[in-house]
Amino acid sequence: MRRLLLTAALAALAGPALANKVFVSNERGNTVTVIDSDSWEVIAEFPAGNRPRGITISPDGRHVYVCASDDNLVRVFDAETYEELPSLPSGPDPELFVLHPDGNPLYIANEDDNLVTVTDVETRQVLAEVPVGVEPEGMGISPDARFVVNTSETTNMAHFIDTSDYQIKHNVLVDQRPRYAQYSADGTKLFVTAEIGGTVSVIAIDDDGKPDLVHKISFEVPGVLPEWLQPVGARITSDGKWLFVALGPANRVAVVDAESYEVKDYIMVGQRVWQMDFTPDEKFLITTNGNSNDVTVIDVAAQKALRSIQVGQQPWGVVVQPDM
Amino acid sequence: MKLLAPLVAAVLALPVPALCADLRTAVLRVDYPVMAPISRFDEIPPDMGFAGAQLALEDNRTTGSFLGHSYELETVAVPPAEAEAALDRILGEGIETVVVLADDADLLKLADRAGPGVLILNASARATRLRSLDCRANVLHVTPSTSMLADAAVQFAAWKKWDRLFLIRGSHPADRELADAYRRAAARFGVRIVEEREFEDTGGSRRTDTGHVLVQRQLPVFTEGARSHDAVIAADASDVFAPYLPYHLWDPRPVIGSAGLRPVTFDAAHEAWGATQFQRRFEELTRRHVREEDYDTWLALRVLGEAVTRTGSADAGEIRGYVLSDQFELAAFKGQKVTFRPWNGQLRQPILLFDGRITASVSPQEGFLHQNSPLDTLGLDAPESQCDAF
Repeated sequence: MRRLLLTAALAALAGPALANKVFVSNERGNTVTVIDSDSWEVIAEFPAGNRPRGITISPDGRHVYVCASDDNLVRVFDAETYEELPSLPSGPDPELFVLHPDGNPLYIANEDDNLVTVTDVETRQVLAEVPVGVEPEGMGISPDARFVVNTSETTNMAHFIDTSDYQIKHNVLVDQRPRYAQYSADGTKLFVTAEIGGTVSVIAIDDDGKPDLVHKISFEVPGVLPEWLQPVGARITSDGKWLFVALGPANRVAVVDAESYEVKDYIMVGQRVWQMDFTPDEKFLITTNGNSNDVTVIDVAAQKALRSIQVGQQPWGVVVQPDM
Repeated sequence: MKLLAPLVAAVLALPVPALCADLRTAVLRVDYPVMAPISRFDEIPPDMGFAGAQLALEDNRTTGSFLGHSYELETVAVPPAEAEAALDRILGEGIETVVVLADDADLLKLADRAGPGVLILNASARATRLRSLDCRANVLHVTPSTSMLADAAVQFAAWKKWDRLFLIRGSHPADRELADAYRRAAARFGVRIVEEREFEDTGGSRRTDTGHVLVQRQLPVFTEGARSHDAVIAADASDVFAPYLPYHLWDPRPVIGSAGLRPVTFDAAHEAWGATQFQRRFEELTRRHVREEDYDTWLALRVLGEAVTRTGSADAGEIRGYVLSDQFELAAFKGQKVTFRPWNGQLRQPILLFDGRITASVSPQEGFLHQNSPLDTLGLDAPESQCDAF
């Protein structure tokens, strides 16, 4: 207890740079690595089940959720002690999920079964199973929580699931192998990455949540074969100005002006860059680099890579703890 | 009327043009009398090819359910003598898209019989000439040509700087064609074939209790005294001798081609680029591992499904026009989109190099460049193909 107080006091002394924990799932290492966002040191690594991929955290910062894909469930960990808590049913092969902004329920993509499973994180009951396209993967939720968007990698669609009745209300065809769906903070735009198509579809969302495909962003890097520019993870700043797109085997993160859709820059990161998350103040963006077994920290304002940190084997997902 | 109302509502909700396309496809497989394979792992399952078709049907139907598109599939297996009658029956039912698993000669015969209104998708015939002088406007080749596979293997040898190859070929016409493809590939990628020997098929027993004893004595002698070489490349299209080569050579060298490291369209161990999901879905459906024929058939039906999804039409002519256009692209668990070559209807695709347990490499290899696509370093490029049907 005393040590805890001391740490708290020191953190307060250090000024406004509040440290947050960064949780990284290691797909092959079967662990989660914990990094301190102030010192950027690895502070812990704990076992997280078989083939951990998607990772998220409760809005209160207390519970870390991990898709343990080969265990066919979502494992839950205490963010403070890393102790494992009772698991959540997820349906088979959970890959990615998204949490309701209020912290409940959890919407989970079941890659092998063409389903999205909705799970209550408190009662640990499955609330619904929604049939979607082949190989569901990306999961996004509108800021008003009216729609959950799932992308299906072989069907090549974004499915808009109404959270009130779990019915699909809209489908939008996008390019090959859609991986990730990210709403802007004001809910007026949805960005869907297509790994094999090499594009990001920009979908305008009207007041009723109805989608309209308006633009496709493509990428070009001199000296890199266009085939290797494979958009995967995506994050947008809350002011809606900058979209960051992880380009997989191109080992770069694209910086896109989210209003004009122009690609402004490419930031070199580690190998096979996959998913990303901001620190709560959006000063930093952390990328997982699956083939170099590290994460890269990007200075968001400067749009520069600051450092890389070794984590476990084949890092896949990343989530940053909210300010506590 | 009561039933209709929800259906109409569902259709109206779709932002994509919801035309009620109904694609009916047949998979026609011609079964030839074959000897037992050298390895039990290669025994032909009764649902060969059809299993891949079934998975593709399910994939297409799932996608179609969101668009109001429906898919029907018929699978037909016949002996060679009945192939043409079977095709007539299929076409008589009004089916215009047919996936064919047949040898080179029969594929050509069936394509000519089908005529211009029908679209044939070739899922197993690999003769390079079907993509050149013997090409047909109504045939799309989903399976790669012999020259694509040979280029994939030899490109790997070139990347490894295995500059001197010892070519061992069988005595059948198909083996000679394969050897020709290796020679062409060697010339293209700057590798020399320093020695060539023919392994004659004398019709001896293949899989006997004492087979390995004889093999162990005979093969070293057969390969003795070859000019100095870095690797052996085997041309054994008939599965007569190649699997015996590794470990039995006079000079210990890696084997590529028909044994050792083999160029394949797909293998059951392949996991990269989301292929794990494909393997799991296939295994759950069929209770066995996937074969190349299954993958090629799956891919052929996915080509059709993708065309229907994007065009909203199930018309064979519209499908052909779309898949040959630069609009068409498809994800196939090979790390990049696959597309068609407009000069001969061949699907451009990476070729996996399989060692029997894992995907050891994938061609095209790094550094082999092309003005359009590195994939066009494999097989007949536009100036090389003598196809003028497109």
